[in-house]
Amino acid sequence: MVVDEATVKRIARLARIKVTPEEARGLEAELSGILDWVKLLDDVDTTGVEPMTRVVPISLKQRPDVVTDGGIADAVTQNAPEAQDHFFVVPKVVE
Amino acid sequence: MTDLTKLTLAEARDGLRDKQFSSVELTAAFLAAIEAANPHLNAYVLPVPEHALAHARESDRRIASGAARPLEGLPLGNKDLFCTNGIRTTACSRILDGFTPTYESTVGQNLWDAGAVMLGKLNCDEFAMGSSNETSCFGPVVNPWRRTRNGAIDNAKLVPGGSSGGSSAAVAADLCLAATATDTGGSIRQPAAITGTVGIKPTYGRCSRWGIVAFASSLDQAGPIAKTVRDAAIMLRHMASHDPKDSTSVDAVVPDYEAEVGRGVKGLRVGIPKEYRIDGMSKEAEATWQKGIDWLKAAGATVHDISLPHTKYALPAYYIVAPAECSSNLARYDGVRYGLRVPGRDLLDTYELTRAAGFGKEVRRRVLIGTYVLSAGYYDAYYLKAQKVRTLIKHDFDEAWNTVDVILTPTTPSPAFAQGEKSGDPIAMYLEDIFTVTVNMAGLPGISVPAGLSSEGTPMGLQLIGKPFDEPTLFRAAQVIEDAAGRFQLPRKWWA
Repeated sequence: MVVDEATVKRIARLARIKVTPEEARGLEAELSGILDWVKLLDDVDTTGVEPMTRVVPISLKQRPDVVTDGGIADAVTQNAPEAQDHFFVVPKVVE
Repeated sequence: MTDLTKLTLAEARDGLRDKQFSSVELTAAFLAAIEAANPHLNAYVLPVPEHALAHARESDRRIASGAARPLEGLPLGNKDLFCTNGIRTTACSRILDGFTPTYESTVGQNLWDAGAVMLGKLNCDEFAMGSSNETSCFGPVVNPWRRTRNGAIDNAKLVPGGSSGGSSAAVAADLCLAATATDTGGSIRQPAAITGTVGIKPTYGRCSRWGIVAFASSLDQAGPIAKTVRDAAIMLRHMASHDPKDSTSVDAVVPDYEAEVGRGVKGLRVGIPKEYRIDGMSKEAEATWQKGIDWLKAAGATVHDISLPHTKYALPAYYIVAPAECSSNLARYDGVRYGLRVPGRDLLDTYELTRAAGFGKEVRRRVLIGTYVLSAGYYDAYYLKAQKVRTLIKHDFDEAWNTVDVILTPTTPSPAFAQGEKSGDPIAMYLEDIFTVTVNMAGLPGISVPAGLSSEGTPMGLQLIGKPFDEPTLFRAAQVIEDAAGRFQLPRKWWA
């Protein structure tokens, strides 16, 4: 197994997804299977090969650093599960 | 009157222009067809009849006053990955439950500005992750095609492909004239192939990604699924644009693709990659491929054997790059700014509970894989390695373009499969994209065009791969195949 139960729990925590102990055991085998399969790439000699950063040879566009929109706080917070006076409301973070 | 829903996009456009029928009549015919078929096919997750009829009435006014735009009054379906202003958009995920965008995707806006009418939002795999449309939180889409076995029609529900399964099923079942779709690893071409429709993924950067729910940003592209090659050409012209809001969209004139249709392939050099002759390819896929070769030769093209040596590494490299990008893109779904929230004891607990409840099994699996390959100590071994392999895959194509103008392959290794047949085995499902994924990895354009029926009477497609921004050649060559193969329309609307 490339991925053991402790690793599943660690990456689930990093990904902010709660997994039950039963799910963690199932994921152990599933993730190991996929990661074993992608190990096929080890057969490829990539010495001196540049990693791809873009598929189309265009340089990244730039524009003047100025404000181009704003004043849409209503729209920004409209879909929030909980909002108050244009603020997103979350559970208490600091005691 | 004849059944208006059977018209192609081009025929409907000409009929509206010649005032043979109105956009309201055309739109009402589609709305009635959707009402009858949707309980059986589940292609639409949100039909919008009132919205559609209001726009159709506006189109009829414009046509009457001589102010018609290029797609005036033509009813289309819109994949639920495209944000729609004031209309629920979910990417078919519970985590976007009730999300109503306050903006329109650029591709959508381009279509509505050209006069097209939206009939509703189309089903898809959750966040476009899947090859069978079985991961949608709204349930699977049913392929309108059925298999024939031992001379009798088999009632097993077939998948319409994925992720754009709502788009492919709706077009095949005459529930819209054409549909928007997106393709990250094959999500336009594979569903098109197994429903007898035409689908094109254009060159990366040809369509703006702005306002489309992101999956893997370096691979995602929008494109159409349509009934014919000509219809796909009409659609793509009006979907593509340069968009300052997407820094990867390309500032190049959009050609009149429709003008390319019918120009033929005399002297065109067609490459046949030997690495695509894989074990596990069905005899039928192989035979269809040979027919395609013969048709293009008969039309004056020359055929050449080529090699794309890194082909077999494209799929594993994809299953590192795509999950890595998806784990980053999907970090935004935190239960704070939009969509679902499951309250927890504290903020962290709220995040974890929300994401566990909101993401389906396949999405969770990919986010976890992506998180793993990007985590400390593994980045070089997985992600960087995959991006290097990607460079080699692109290099294979660059070499091929020295000797050929276009590449012909099957779109899928086999025809449509039944629901549940592959959903238990992630890797078997991933193999659906074996012929399409290389194209996304290299950013190239690819089109799938119907080429025949399997022994079970279900559609099979051929894929043409082009040089960057050479969609015109794809439309020319695809039309030659369509002319030779004929169109494959449903033998029977079994739900009617």
